[in-house]
Amino acid sequence: MEMNEKERDILELRNISKSFDGKKVLDDLSLSIGRNEFITLLGPSGCGKSTTLRIIGGFVRPDEGAVFFDGKDITDLASEKRNVNTVFQKYSLFPHMNVEENIAFGLKLKKKSKAYIQDKIRYALKLVNLEGYEKRNTTALSGGQQQRIAIARAIVNEPEILLLDEPLGALDLKLRHDMQQELIRIKKEVGITFIYVTHDQEEALTMSDKIVVMNRGIIQQMGTSKSIYDEPQNAFVADFIGESNIVDGVMPQDRVVEIFGVKIPCVDEGFAEREAVDVVIRPEDLEIRPEGDGFFNGQVVSVLFKGAYYEIKVRTEGCEWVSQSVTAPEVGTRVGLYVLPDNIQIMHKPKSEDAEMIKE
Amino acid sequence: MVRLKNAFMRCYLAFILLFLYAPIFVLIVLSFNDSRSRVTWGGFTLKWYGRLFSSRQILEALETTLLLGLASAAAATVIGTLGAVGIQAMRKRGYQIVMSVTNIPILNADIVTGIALMLWFVRLIPLGFGSVLVAHITFNIPYVILSVMPKLKSLNLSIYEAARDLGAGSVYAFFHIVLPQIGSGILAGFFMALTMSMDDFVITYFTKGAGVNTLSTMIYGEIRKGIKPEMYALSTLLFAVIFVILLAFNALSGKGKNTEDVIERSR
Ligand SMILES: Nc1ncnc2c1ncn2[C@@H]1O[C@H](COP(=O)(O)OP(=O)(O)OP(=O)(O)O)[C@@H](O)[C@H]1O
Ligand SMILES: [Mg+2]
Repeated sequence: MEMNEKERDILELRNISKSFDGKKVLDDLSLSIGRNEFITLLGPSGCGKSTTLRIIGGFVRPDEGAVFFDGKDITDLASEKRNVNTVFQKYSLFPHMNVEENIAFGLKLKKKSKAYIQDKIRYALKLVNLEGYEKRNTTALSGGQQQRIAIARAIVNEPEILLLDEPLGALDLKLRHDMQQELIRIKKEVGITFIYVTHDQEEALTMSDKIVVMNRGIIQQMGTSKSIYDEPQNAFVADFIGESNIVDGVMPQDRVVEIFGVKIPCVDEGFAEREAVDVVIRPEDLEIRPEGDGFFNGQVVSVLFKGAYYEIKVRTEGCEWVSQSVTAPEVGTRVGLYVLPDNIQIMHKPKSEDAEMIKE
Repeated sequence: MVRLKNAFMRCYLAFILLFLYAPIFVLIVLSFNDSRSRVTWGGFTLKWYGRLFSSRQILEALETTLLLGLASAAAATVIGTLGAVGIQAMRKRGYQIVMSVTNIPILNADIVTGIALMLWFVRLIPLGFGSVLVAHITFNIPYVILSVMPKLKSLNLSIYEAARDLGAGSVYAFFHIVLPQIGSGILAGFFMALTMSMDDFVITYFTKGAGVNTLSTMIYGEIRKGIKPEMYALSTLLFAVIFVILLAFNALSGKGKNTEDVIERSR
């Protein structure tokens, strides 16, 4: 930890704001990215992820704020002069060039020798598991292969940061999972910083060292996958990262939360007396017990088999809960719901404007 | 029933083709006729063609026509392509306005354009080859824009950004990445402009001043004096050349329907 702090961050976004047609897309966004990190920008569609990435890549100029690369201000530097390369969401291979010509494009511009370029092409194709594809026509490749070539084309330029804007967005589920593993391996092999954009929380949790959760151009939370999953800082994050039960509660005293009139022990303290809070309980933490044995009693309204577990919906007075379990009760039976104090997340209510965005 | 309908449709088509092409066919036949009369066949000859190429007046007009066509098409292609790129980058409202304005010269009656340009030129530059050239460039630009535009629209902009990302400057990226994608549209625009220029009579007539003649204005002048068979030969050649250009042009854009669109809109 201490070592990291001494090392200078490779990239810093300082108070970036950007509007399009009078609509604020990024609002005073600040972010530091360390060397060799795999950092993921995660958020719903339209929250400004791509815009952030395009500002880093030099395709969009921020209205306010500055971008620092290795301590130097690069806000006004043209994209071709930045030591950063991008893998785009849309297939962006040059259709009139074959695989080899695509990969060589950047190197030829840098006036590298023929031998060097040949070496690099071979290395890059090996890296993305497409050896022998040099002479192939790019338009004849599958989606996954095209994105691999796009990665190879970027990597050969030895960028210090690779930007990836939903590179797997157009692929089907199976291929996505394979490619996620590929990307993790490639990241390890080349050892550079990856800034990845996705709206798929599962993808973010699997791949990243650090996740930046965004909504409406504002960073909601930043941290490791685990910290974001286990300790969401507000209801938006809790809701967006995995499925959650989010209900209104109040804090009558430290370590006790009151939901629907029931007082439940928890581990949180330091709230104002009777402060209104959001209570988050993950489905896998909500235990189904015999009636009368939990905090709430209700009726099972549906049971869905999800492969590794059952998803059970239970209606109680005032709310419908989602629980996950490896055993399933019959639909219609009356059950009790229980949760361990440790597994309850208490969160401050967001300020009024934020409250609206959660409801969406 | 269906057969009858089919037969009718075929007759109808034959009729239309007959009306369209019979006069041209007659013209072609007459250009090989060894008799000055338009009603008697005096045997096959190439002498009108021979005379054609020994007449200084005709050769000069031919030279003017070709020079005018190539120069105006080339200039219009450059201006029109750049214009299309600019229009494509515009916001929605600006885009719609400029595209409508672009259509006006195409839909406008030639005679109005011709007289308007003449009035304009009379004050600015002496009427002559220069003024005709400017006039032709002017009416050719929209054709180029209209044939480049669909190609630009279907262009995936991220390939341009990818090129910039990989270290290409904007000019390099345009010539090496964008141009190959829209090249067929540009070439089609060039040929379209070339035919339009060679085809034009009205606008040329009003803007040319004295002494300059293209083939079409010369033919018009000659015919007023009385029809010479050389003119049949000349018209036949003109028809053949434009026909060949059109074929080439269609072959170029054979895959896309873009040019058909453009022709549709221009008629
Ligand atoms: N060039 C532009 N002109 C106008 N509006 C834009 C432009 N680029 C982005 N926007 C708008 O800014 C907002 C944020 O866009 P952005 O592409 O950053 O979202 P995103 O988080 O990447 O979403 P997605 O997951 O859909 O890709 C959107 O509402 C979008 O319409
Ligand atoms: Mg995006």
